[in-house]
Amino acid sequence: MTRLAQLLVAGVAVGSLYGLIALGFVVVYRASHVFNFAHGSFLLLGAYLTYGFHQQLGLPFFPALGLAAVAAAAAGVAVERLALRRMVGQPPFAVIMITIGVALVMDALMVWAWGAERLTVGDPWGLTTYRLGGAGGVRVAAIDIARLLAAGLVLAAYWLFCRYSSLGVAMRATAADQEAAVASGIDVHRVFAVCWALAAAIATVAGVLLAGGARGVDPSLSAVALAAFPALVLGGVNSPVGAIVGGLALGVVEVLAAGYGPGWLPGALGANVHTVVPYLVLLGVLLVRPSGMFGDRERARL
Amino acid sequence: MTRRRLVAAVLAVAFVVLPLAVGDFGLSVLTFAGIFAVGAIGLDLAVGHAGQISLGHGFFMGVGAYAAVNLGAEAGLGLPVWLSGAAVAGGALGALVGLCALRLRGAYLAIVTVGVVFVGLYVWNNVPAISGGAAGAGGEAPAVLGPLDFNHLRVAGQSYAREQAWFWLVWALVAAAAWLAANLVRSRTGRAWQAVHDNELAASAVGVDVGRAKVSAFAVAGALGAVAGALYFGYVQYVGPDEWSLFLSVQFLAIVIVGGSGRLAGPVVGAVVLGGAPRLVEELSPHLPIGGLGLTVANLNRLLFGLLVVCFVAYAPRGLAGGWDDLQRRRRWGRRPLADAPMVRAAVADEPTIDDKEQL
Repeated sequence: MTRLAQLLVAGVAVGSLYGLIALGFVVVYRASHVFNFAHGSFLLLGAYLTYGFHQQLGLPFFPALGLAAVAAAAAGVAVERLALRRMVGQPPFAVIMITIGVALVMDALMVWAWGAERLTVGDPWGLTTYRLGGAGGVRVAAIDIARLLAAGLVLAAYWLFCRYSSLGVAMRATAADQEAAVASGIDVHRVFAVCWALAAAIATVAGVLLAGGARGVDPSLSAVALAAFPALVLGGVNSPVGAIVGGLALGVVEVLAAGYGPGWLPGALGANVHTVVPYLVLLGVLLVRPSGMFGDRERARL
Repeated sequence: MTRRRLVAAVLAVAFVVLPLAVGDFGLSVLTFAGIFAVGAIGLDLAVGHAGQISLGHGFFMGVGAYAAVNLGAEAGLGLPVWLSGAAVAGGALGALVGLCALRLRGAYLAIVTVGVVFVGLYVWNNVPAISGGAAGAGGEAPAVLGPLDFNHLRVAGQSYAREQAWFWLVWALVAAAAWLAANLVRSRTGRAWQAVHDNELAASAVGVDVGRAKVSAFAVAGALGAVAGALYFGYVQYVGPDEWSLFLSVQFLAIVIVGGSGRLAGPVVGAVVLGGAPRLVEELSPHLPIGGLGLTVANLNRLLFGLLVVCFVAYAPRGLAGGWDDLQRRRRWGRRPLADAPMVRAAVADEPTIDDKEQL
């Protein structure tokens, strides 16, 4: 029972990270219908920048994180401006390929700048853990609490932004109908730029929380974004709430598979089974509901 | 002689003469390029002709490689058996992925094909019966075709190096794959692909069986990808489980894009330019100042692929082959855009185009 509870706690923590990552995808996809394969590189960029400001330049952690988020947002705007603005109206395949190309370039440049070794971000949570319910109870890492809180806070902030700021309303309008948004005087290009900036800032938070604790930051961090795809699809690519819920569901499924898989599956099949279970769940979901749990159904018109 | 025949004659002469004239290293680079060309021709049928996104081509290459491992190196069956075994396995699994494409498009389809790569990596790492597990699989797959043994080629008393023999084998198969693709594209199936590529809904409205078109496109792509993988194992004689990564799929897409998707020469040109590039970079790296810049070879490759993909998609979406076509057209019609060519202008003069109607 303790084991199950322990796994559930770990699952929720991993899940909130997946949710945060998926939310970054959703922010860009909702407004501009760009499926951003470079999002993983923004996770990595955010983590490296925080490392740079905190460990290399010696700023305190939270200001460093804030600066990193701003710098990553600027990089996001630059990518939108340089690589994606030309692609408006191009087929999805071309747009996806551009983002893949951007990811390759960004990853290579970051390895060049920071090397391939694992670096410690130096987050304040570190390896602190709390034990709930006395000896033999469930252990909860401080950073896991931070992960869950961050997912909730970012989602709430995003919702408030969309609801009450004029830019947020413009974003929703663009998401609902791009042409109508242009017709009513919304600067769609500015909306896209803001979306990329937001996504990069969210990626910074996700990247730092991912690299924090025991893991550290190295180039393989960007591949975690690929592991968040199933969360994205579970929730529906254009639903922010779906992203977080899908992320939590995926995290729990993955950690349970990692915890029980090796015992239940014969031979070597149990090892790393948690890397495929999310994708198998995803396939099942897609075949039943192609637009995910919370996504809008796409309607096609000739 | 027409231009087509001239090109064919030049290629035929190059096919025969290159292995006699080029050294072993150059030949192995070209052989790798040929292996990638076979796979890229397949991928382009799905991507360029049928308009379906696939980030899973690396998986199919793995399927083919392990078909060659088990049928060729382990069971000792002949070249025709393990090559066609790879094609059948790749085709069947491709059709399965194609079934997913029936309900999914765009980003969702891309994600599912990414998933295929991860499921593949799990299988290759955890099912040693198929793949030799994490240690990989090695061995010599028999490469005898009629009187020719490509691992120890002797023709008319003259023996040839393995690099030479495999160059001939691989590039003969490139020609066969290109011939197959050229004919498929002009068949009923190929026209259905094009219709689905241009507009899925319109295609189904005029009676094209969209499902069949998608499944067949993925099946043919998977089969050719697997043939490429089988050739890769036959040539290299060792494969590890982590070679069939997402980056391999991306490399295939880069080849198709840089070469020019949706045209016959595209994937082959792309494969020659990019398929050999990693080997070239590796070979040239001691002479390049990348060590001083702190760049590793793998990193330089990624940077190169990334920049090429971005530049070609954004600035030359028709690729190298498309650029060549444009040059030819310019020579004939001057520096005017296509819409100004007399025939095109006559054709569009009195009919509003579909785009115009949509605006109304």
